[in-house]
Amino acid sequence: MKARIFVTLKGGVLDPQGRAIQHALDGLGFSGVNDVRAGKLIELDLADGTSDEDIDAMCRKLLANTVIENYRIEKVA
Amino acid sequence: MKSAVIVFPGSNCDRDLAVAFEAATGTRPAMIWHRDTELPDDIDLIGVPGGFSYGDYLRSGAMAARSPVMQAVAKAADRGAYVLGICNGFQVLTESGLLPGALLRNAGGHFVCRDVALTVENAQSAFTSHYEAGEAISYPVAHHDGNYFADDATLDRLEGEGRVALRYAESVNGSARNIAGILNEAGNVLGMMPHPERVIEAAHGSTDGKRLFQGLVEGLFARA
Repeated sequence: MKARIFVTLKGGVLDPQGRAIQHALDGLGFSGVNDVRAGKLIELDLADGTSDEDIDAMCRKLLANTVIENYRIEKVA
Repeated sequence: MKSAVIVFPGSNCDRDLAVAFEAATGTRPAMIWHRDTELPDDIDLIGVPGGFSYGDYLRSGAMAARSPVMQAVAKAADRGAYVLGICNGFQVLTESGLLPGALLRNAGGHFVCRDVALTVENAQSAFTSHYEAGEAISYPVAHHDGNYFADDATLDRLEGEGRVALRYAESVNGSARNIAGILNEAGNVLGMMPHPERVIEAAHGSTDGKRLFQGLVEGLFARA
């Protein structure tokens, strides 16, 4: 089984990378991009039967820093 | 008086920190590899050095914070050993939960590498006892992720408890309240982005950092 973990900066946490992307899009002539937030996608290939609790623990203990980041788990069949 | 410097793959200030420890203590620190699970018995002082541990993969300091040796560092800190984390070492200490908050990408997006003016906010700590409160000093910085972040309640608490040890005299990287270095609640763990170990000899152009190590070590000898 596979799981996708989306890690994003919490609201209110400055994202200089997102801001740089926004500037670059603007430079390419794409006006009207109000804001850009960049995050991470982590794909896990897991042993069948890995519990939801374990996946959540992986996120809390390593994959996301919950001081500054949120995470969302998406299980893929 | 026993000291140690932790070495991760990608550490690059470990030898500079060892030189600073040796100059202050008179004995060479043990260099402890990240896979080690134990520190020397009765360790008094542990340095977590700057660099790019594990290539800054995932987040700066994230991998190092979960390495076996950091369990031993946390245990030693818990029983009162002094822990000094500089630059990447500060990132490792926040990632491991020994210090609150997190270090984000610099607000300007650029790597900052220059001497910065600092104010000693708390001169009562073991690390800063050889400075005057409010004293203006200068240390070099060299980092991409030095933008200190914590929620307002945590920041208020740090300020209220005198745990902001060092503050930038001007905005350097977007750090909340210009925080450059913080102490843990017990006062035996200090994390800071600037590099005192790079200014300990006249040949470095400044000796502003020397007093940090001298004060710390004198306190430790007095305690022994």
